[in-house]
Amino acid sequence: MSYAGFKTLFPKSDLIGFAVLAFILVVVLPLGVDIFRLNLIGKYLTYAFVAVGLVLCWGSGGILSLGQGVFFGVGGYAMAMFLKLEASSPENTAIQSTPGIPDFMDWNQITELPWFWQPFHSLTFTVLAIIIVPSIFAYIIGVAMFKRRVGGVYFAIITQAVAAIMTILVIGQQGYTGGVNGITDLRTLHGWDIRTDEAKYVFYFLCVFLLFVCLAVAQFVRKSKLGRLLVAMREMEDRVRFSGYDVSNFKIFVFCLGSAFAAIGGAMFTLQVGFMSPTLVGIVPSIEMVIFCAVGGRLSILGAVYGALVVNWAKTTLSESFPELWLFAMGALFIAVVMAFPNGLAGLYSKYCEPFIKKKYNSIRANRKGDVVAKGATHEQQ
Amino acid sequence: MFADYSTSELMSIFAMQGFAGLILFSVFVLMALGLAIIFGQMGVINMAHGEFMILGAYVTYLTSNVFSEYMPSMFGSYFFIAMILAFIAAGALGMFVEWALIRHLYKRPLDTLLATWGLSLILQQIYRSVFGAREVGVTLPDWLMGSFQLSEIVEVPINGIFVMTLAIGISLAVAALMYKSRWGIQVRSVVQNRPMAGAVGINTSKVDRLTFGLGCGIAGVAGSAFTMIGSTGPTSGQLYIVDTFLVVVFGGAASLLGTIASAFTISQAQSTMEFFLSGSMAKVLTLLFVVVILMLRPQGLFSLKVRR
Repeated sequence: MSYAGFKTLFPKSDLIGFAVLAFILVVVLPLGVDIFRLNLIGKYLTYAFVAVGLVLCWGSGGILSLGQGVFFGVGGYAMAMFLKLEASSPENTAIQSTPGIPDFMDWNQITELPWFWQPFHSLTFTVLAIIIVPSIFAYIIGVAMFKRRVGGVYFAIITQAVAAIMTILVIGQQGYTGGVNGITDLRTLHGWDIRTDEAKYVFYFLCVFLLFVCLAVAQFVRKSKLGRLLVAMREMEDRVRFSGYDVSNFKIFVFCLGSAFAAIGGAMFTLQVGFMSPTLVGIVPSIEMVIFCAVGGRLSILGAVYGALVVNWAKTTLSESFPELWLFAMGALFIAVVMAFPNGLAGLYSKYCEPFIKKKYNSIRANRKGDVVAKGATHEQQ
Repeated sequence: MFADYSTSELMSIFAMQGFAGLILFSVFVLMALGLAIIFGQMGVINMAHGEFMILGAYVTYLTSNVFSEYMPSMFGSYFFIAMILAFIAAGALGMFVEWALIRHLYKRPLDTLLATWGLSLILQQIYRSVFGAREVGVTLPDWLMGSFQLSEIVEVPINGIFVMTLAIGISLAVAALMYKSRWGIQVRSVVQNRPMAGAVGINTSKVDRLTFGLGCGIAGVAGSAFTMIGSTGPTSGQLYIVDTFLVVVFGGAASLLGTIASAFTISQAQSTMEFFLSGSMAKVLTLLFVVVILMLRPQGLFSLKVRR
């Protein structure tokens, strides 16, 4: 990419924002906290993937999906199934009545691995599936809804129903999905133990790396013509349509992209936390994911990352010490974010901090210039 | 799946499940009516609707306790008082919520969704702190116990019939209110054209508040009826919210008749399938069916033809 292209993609202020976030995630946090906490932060970051996708869908495009948990779950379950299949080799599962299949299938009197889990013996397939399956799924939903010009509230309700269907299905089909407990007891990835501290560090950095890849893609989408069109559609859909654009295709694309991000987050969740369960798929987690995005700022991709970190950190701290307070706090957060600061942390930052920083920055620059001028003047005098 | 049963058995099964479906239908109708008023008429998504219903259920629970404690002789009639109290409690809370929250958000429907979800979390935690996490049930008065024996297999519980009658009665009352009363005309005119309604002298914000209050009040009555057939816990409301929204959307948001028709379809489909499949699969298939239909026909079963 040319230098000029890079500059339009990452204007100076955005570049600084990215650098600060990278510094925090790559240097400060790994040095500052122990591996247990770092693993927790890695878990929070997996939600940041979803939140970034939601910034694109909801903030830019105005499509609020309440079913992002579904895609998070699809990614997570795909990864979990790969690890589970490796963990349930015939030697490891010799005590089962059918060795070689995952333990929960054996408990449910299933004697053979069903066909749709067969390909998950392969890591390549799994990785591809993590991105492709949710995208196809999102594509189907997107085509059905956006081509018929269903949007806004109706879209939100239908995606929520999809989340409900997914949870009921996963819980109901215990033999194929592990039911309420989910897929647990994951051990190795190609023979490499994923439960050691070393593995946790590796996964943390992998997670950060992937997050930045997603952030870069999101930044590209936002700065490109597509991003402008999305904003235009959010503000006045009919005018964009009358200008000759096929509005639905853009919406479908951004919805698919958001779902792929969510699925990557889900897969990283499984790797770092070591299990996947329906409690991460349903209606409640899906709406919580929206709140991460809303708290961070629905218009800012970096804000979404901070939002995911802050809300989850607050959730862990509060529910550790005051479990009863947490729901109150969460509810108040939902209301406050909507009523008082609809642009979230990023909005607060750009309203209060940025002018202050700009002022400081400008005054420093002015001082320096003044110094140079003064110096020049003294030179001339001599 | 039908092969194992004889024809007469099948008929009885369909009758029984059909009746179970009718009870579910009544609950759906009661819940969806309130939501159809709020969502269909005002365009507000009230995610806390289930919690308003549970408020009604808890009010009923308290009333029944008070009656059995202090007025055991009147216990048979506590339900009617409870229903009125539930309506007032939920309606008052609804009007307060409209005043404090919703009226600031009419232009941002997706934000009302988030705000009311927050409200639902707070209400849930309040219920949990006040009434405890365990589910509570009420004692039914004697005249609601028992069942009619229609044939050897078919049996109809009386509380089911009572709930059904209630659902029909409230539907009729709401229909009369919306289509026959002056207030209904005002509501519908505000929905169709807010500035114009204001221009002809309708106090639109007052109409909004009363409409929201009425919707929530009906949810409270629904909760009251809900205690007749099930126990109440802090999170019971959340279980029904998705179904209820689907019922309203499926029926065509602004149409009361559509809401009732879709509640009937969904409840019958679910309870009939429940007998032959597992409960969870029946639910999945029903929801899937509704979602697919909505994808094919997004405006729902009955849609008003209004020029916007």
